[in-house]
Amino acid sequence: MALVLTEEQSMLRDSARGLISDKAPVSHLRQLRDSKDATGFSRELWKAFAEMGFTGLLVPEDFGGSALGCVADGSLLAAFAVDEGAKHRPLQTNLQAKRSGNGFKLNGAKAFVVDGHTADLLIVAARSAGSPGERDGLTLFLVDPKANGVAADRTAMVDSHNAARINFDNVEVNADHVLGEVDQGYQLLEGVLNIGRGAVASEMVGLSEEVFGRTVNYLKERKQFGKAIGEFQALQHRAAQLYIEIEITRAAVLKALQTLDANFDSAGAAVAVAKARAGSTATLAVQEGVQMHGGMGMTDQFDIGFFMKRARVCQELFGDANFHADQLARMKSY
Amino acid sequence: MSDLEKFRRETRAWLEANCPPEMRKPMTSDEDTFWGGRDAKFSSEPQRAWFERMRDKGWTVPHWPQEYGGGGLDGEQAKIVRQEMAAIGARAPLVSFGISMLGPALLKYGTEAQKKEHLPKITAGLIRWCQGYSEPNAGSDLASLQTRAETDGDDFIINGQKIWTSYANYADWIFCLVRTDPKAKKHDGISFILFDMASKGVSTKPILLISGRSPFCETFFDNVRVPKSHVVGTVNRGWDVAKYLLQHERAMISGMGERGVGRPLGQVAADSVGHDEQGRLEDPILRGQIAAFEIDEAALAAAAERAVDLAKAGQSHPAFSSAMKYYGTELNKRRYEILMSAGGIDALEWESERSKGGARPRAWLRTKANSIEGGTSEVMLGIVAKRILDLPGA
Ligand SMILES: Cc1cc2nc3c(=O)[nH]c(=O)nc-3n(C[C@H](O)[C@H](O)[C@H](O)COP(=O)(O)OP(=O)(O)OC[C@H]3O[C@@H](n4cnc5c(N)ncnc54)[C@H](O)[C@@H]3O)c2cc1C
Repeated sequence: MALVLTEEQSMLRDSARGLISDKAPVSHLRQLRDSKDATGFSRELWKAFAEMGFTGLLVPEDFGGSALGCVADGSLLAAFAVDEGAKHRPLQTNLQAKRSGNGFKLNGAKAFVVDGHTADLLIVAARSAGSPGERDGLTLFLVDPKANGVAADRTAMVDSHNAARINFDNVEVNADHVLGEVDQGYQLLEGVLNIGRGAVASEMVGLSEEVFGRTVNYLKERKQFGKAIGEFQALQHRAAQLYIEIEITRAAVLKALQTLDANFDSAGAAVAVAKARAGSTATLAVQEGVQMHGGMGMTDQFDIGFFMKRARVCQELFGDANFHADQLARMKSY
Repeated sequence: MSDLEKFRRETRAWLEANCPPEMRKPMTSDEDTFWGGRDAKFSSEPQRAWFERMRDKGWTVPHWPQEYGGGGLDGEQAKIVRQEMAAIGARAPLVSFGISMLGPALLKYGTEAQKKEHLPKITAGLIRWCQGYSEPNAGSDLASLQTRAETDGDDFIINGQKIWTSYANYADWIFCLVRTDPKAKKHDGISFILFDMASKGVSTKPILLISGRSPFCETFFDNVRVPKSHVVGTVNRGWDVAKYLLQHERAMISGMGERGVGRPLGQVAADSVGHDEQGRLEDPILRGQIAAFEIDEAALAAAAERAVDLAKAGQSHPAFSSAMKYYGTELNKRRYEILMSAGGIDALEWESERSKGGARPRAWLRTKANSIEGGTSEVMLGIVAKRILDLPGA
C-alpha cells in the first residue's frame, strides 16, 4: 500500500481539522484550564466528535447498544488503567487480582489513568498470577468506578489535561467482567497499547507540524538587526533539520498505522519505531519552537507553551522514546 | 488475486530461481560491485550470471522503457521488484552513474537520438559514465565553474579542469558541465555536454582518499573537440539539467543510510562486545545508541518509500531529495561510528587478511564523504530552507 493518505483519509483529516479549528482551538483548552473546569474537557465537544464518527472509528457498526456500542457513540466514557509506577512498564503490572467466590478481588493502585476521574467504566490491568515482569498472569477487568473500594484522585497535569490516581481496596469484580481470558491478558493489552501508541504518535506528528508551522512563520515575520531572523543561517539550518525530522517521523508513523491495519499481530516493531521517533521529534519541535520565539515563547499568553506541555505528556503516554528503543532492541535480540 | 499480487508472486519465483546464493550476501568489498564499462570484468561467475539474467530481463533498470533495455515496469511493479530483491538480500546486478544520474536526465532532457544512443548501453552495462561537475574553485558554489567550451564550427573546444571526479580513470564517457557563455550571469552560461573519455586531450590523475583508496581523480581537458550535438538540453540552459540530475543523485546517495537487510546492527555489535547475563548487549550505552540508530534507520526506510509514493501521486516537492540526502548520509556516518565502536581494537586493523585488508575502518572513513559528495549537508540544509521552507534571503 502506498505510504500516502487515500482520498477518503484526506477527507477525514480535513473534516477533523475543520471541527477542531472551529470548536477546539488552543483558546478552548486555555479556557478549560483557567476556569478550573470540573470535568477537564468538554462533554459537548466529545459528543460532536462522536457525531462525526471519530469515537467509533475502530468499532464495527453491529455493536450498537452494547457497552462497546456506547463507547463508540460517545455515551459511555471508558478509561484505561495500566501504569502503576512513574514510568510505563506494562509487564511490571502488580495490582493484585485474587480469586474470591465467583469472581476476583482487586487490591493495588493505578496512576496516569487518563480522564479516570470522570470515567463511566475502568479497564484495569491486573496480576492474577505470577510476578511482575512475567507475561503470563495478566488479566484485564471491566470495573465500575462507583464500586465499593474504588477511590479516584484527580491529578491535573502540566498540559491542563487530567489523569487520575486510583486506589483499589478489596474491589469485587464478577468473573464475567474479565476481558479476554484470565491470566492471558498480555497479548490483548499489548495490542490495545499498540493502537494507543500509534494514535499518540499521530498526535505528536500533528503537534510537531503545528509548532513548526508557527515557528517558520515567526522566522519570516520577526525582524532583528534590520532583517527577518529567518535570514540567519544558524536558524535556517535548524529549521531545515527540524523539517526533515518531522517528515521522516511522519513516514514512520504512517508505516506503523498501515502495519496495524494490515498485519496487527506483527506491528510491534513498526509501532515502537513510530512512538519513539514521534516522541523525540515532538520534543525537538517544541524546544526549537520556544527558543526561536525568544522571550515571547516563554509567555503564558502565547500559545506555544501549550504544545510544549502536551508534548511532554504524550512522550510519557504508553511509553517514551527510551522505552520503545529498549523494546526494539529486545525484539531484535540484543 | 490482483494483478499486482500475481506480479509479486512471479517476481519472487523468478528471483528465487535466478539469483545465485552468492549474490544474496551483503557486499563486503569494492569487487562485489559490478560497474560495467568497456573494460568491465566480473569478479566471479555468479556475478556474471546474475548480471546477464537481469540484463536479459530488462531489470538492470526495471522502470526504464523496454526500448532502451529497461523492464518497462510501472511504479508499483518496480517497487515490488525492489521489495522482493531486498527480501532475499539480492545485490544490485549493475551499479552505475549512468543508471542513477545520467539516465533520468537524458529521459527528461535528451533528444530521441541521444536516448537511443546512450540508454541501451547503460542498461546493458557497456559504457561506464563519470560526472564532471566539481572544479578546484567550484564546489558548493558549483555554478561558478570555469571549464570553457568555445565554438569551432559544429564543435565545441573544451579546456579546463575538473576535480573529485569519481572513477574518472575507469570511465568510458563523461557528463560534464562547461561554460559556454562567459558573459552571462553564472547560472545562465552553463551547458551540459557528453563526451568520450578516450577523446584526444582528456587526462586523469588519481587522488588518494583517507581510506587509502583512490576512487576519484583530477580530470584535465586540453583542447578536447566535442560535437555540439552532444549537448543535452539547450545550450546555456545546462543548469536546469544539472539540477535535475542532482535530485536523482541525492536520492541515490540518501539510500546509503538504510540497509534494512542482513543481521540487526545490535547482533553484529554483540559478536565483538558480548552479552550480559540477560542476553543484552554488554555495553548498555552502545546498546541504546544502536537502538536509537535502528529506529532512525527504519524511519528513513519508510520515508524513502513514501518519497517514491508521493512522487507517483504527484505530491512531492522537487527539493525533497535534499532532505533525504541530508538525513541518509548523516545516518550512514552514525552507522559506521557505531560499527567502529562495537569493533573496538579489531576494527583498527588496516592491512591484515583477517580484517579483509581493513575493510571496516576503510569503509568507516569512506562514509565521511557521504555528507560532502553530491552537495554537502550544509548545502542540503540551505536548499531545504530556501526552496521548501521559503525562508528569506537563503
Ligand atoms: C568521495 C567524493 C566523491 C565525489 N565525486 C564527485 C564526482 O564524481 N563528480 C563531481 O563533480 N564531484 C564529486 N565530488 C565533489 C563534491 O561534490 C564536492 O566536494 C562538494 O560539492 C563540496 O565542494 P568542496 O569540496 O569544494 O567544498 P566547499 O564548497 O569548499 O565546502 C567546504 C565547507 O564549507 C561549507 N560551505 C560551503 N558553502 C557554504 C554555505 N553557503 N553555507 C554554509 N556552509 C557552506 C561546506 O558545507 C563544507 O563544510 C566528490 C566528493 C567526494 C568527497
